[in-house]
Amino acid sequence: MVRRAAVEVVPGQIVNLGIGMPTEVANYIDPAANVTLQSENGLLGMGPYPHEDEIDARLINAGKETVTALPGASLFDSAQSFAMIRGGHVDLAILGGLEVACNGDLANWTVPGRLITGMGGAMDLAAGARRLVVLQNHASKDGATKLVNRLTLPATALGCVNRVITDLGIFDVGGDCFVCVARAEGVSREQIVAATGAPVLFTTATSGR
Amino acid sequence: MTAERVDPRVPGDKVYGSVSEALTGLLHDGMTIMSGGFGLCGNAEACIEAIAGSRVKNLTIVSNNCGNQGQGLAVLLQNRQVARVICSFVGGNPDLAEQYLSGKVKVELVPQGTFAERIRAGGAGIAGFYTPTGVGTVVAEGKEVREIDGRRYLFERPLRADLAIVRAAVSDKFGNLRFYRTARNFNPLMATAAKVTVVEADRLVPTGVIDPDDVHLPGLYVKRIVEVPEHRDVIEHRTTRARGSGQRLTEATRTRKGRA
Repeated sequence: MVRRAAVEVVPGQIVNLGIGMPTEVANYIDPAANVTLQSENGLLGMGPYPHEDEIDARLINAGKETVTALPGASLFDSAQSFAMIRGGHVDLAILGGLEVACNGDLANWTVPGRLITGMGGAMDLAAGARRLVVLQNHASKDGATKLVNRLTLPATALGCVNRVITDLGIFDVGGDCFVCVARAEGVSREQIVAATGAPVLFTTATSGR
Repeated sequence: MTAERVDPRVPGDKVYGSVSEALTGLLHDGMTIMSGGFGLCGNAEACIEAIAGSRVKNLTIVSNNCGNQGQGLAVLLQNRQVARVICSFVGGNPDLAEQYLSGKVKVELVPQGTFAERIRAGGAGIAGFYTPTGVGTVVAEGKEVREIDGRRYLFERPLRADLAIVRAAVSDKFGNLRFYRTARNFNPLMATAAKVTVVEADRLVPTGVIDPDDVHLPGLYVKRIVEVPEHRDVIEHRTTRARGSGQRLTEATRTRKGRA
């Protein structure tokens, strides 16, 4: 999943990777692709985690992990950072998800009564990134589908998602259905249809597999 | 109430000899305090400690996280000095999560970009702004939604405070500031949006040492300055990579302490 998500990153793009699994996408981005990572706490040009002797407590990413700054990096305040995001200057955001609806609505910040963390920068990223890819499992731990017809959880932003990458495949939002553009190895159409809470269309690219 | 002690210092002298002197006369019950920092990164640690040591209570704290992992502003929560928090993120802060869920502290959750822009607006004399963030979510409840050029926006109001406590890397005696790395975050914004801004600088330099082009925040926003050379600068998630592992971001070892 993480490896496949890296394919979404186009050379030369400015990219923001969400906390958790999306952060790991950076491992699979070709270092020669000239991709620039933005971290919403105020860093453009984020580099890899530091070597032990390079650790700087005051150079962290949005997940509050120690990181490095690459040559050409810049640092700025939070208003500037979110101006970049809302202003459409970030080409791609890859975020985690709790639910994605086939109309592009995203829920990824709270489960009432269970998950109290706050939205952080998720609502701004979802509303502002030029393209939004969600990286999430197809079903929750208790087996409920996370690809739904209409959100059951509180929204992060409406109509914002372009694509969802799950353990079962890759899906574009189609308005009143999901459009499966790729199936994961060994996964059948029937499995996908059964595991999805909205109609699924299969493109010709996925029909022969 | 007796009149405040007359400050014997020269008019315009902003430099104070200690944190407690720098905060003298500024703290009162029910006040609103802005505190710079992203989690525990870029906190005015000595100011927070002094506020914790004071008996001031019923505070409204405006800060992205209100401390984390039981440290920083979380100490004010443990002391039950806080009535209300305006922030964007509660994760990693068990004190805030517990007091929020039990109703001891009111929490206004604000999307991080809206939070930053509300503070910026507060300092810039802007009465409000329309943002696409939060449209169609719980954040929009009770707020004006307006369609402009075919897109829906939410009207958000500015944030201001009685006091801002700000961490800078370098300050000159006028209060011209430079920040360091991602410790900048909300600090320069908050410095503009409070009645009084107190700067806790790692290093105080004579006025004129910072080249005018290199000033991150002009000194007119700063009322009081105190030099605090030593800070804890707690690392929340210590992530490293091994030598020879190239540019890969997460082939790494992680030490995660006190995750909520």
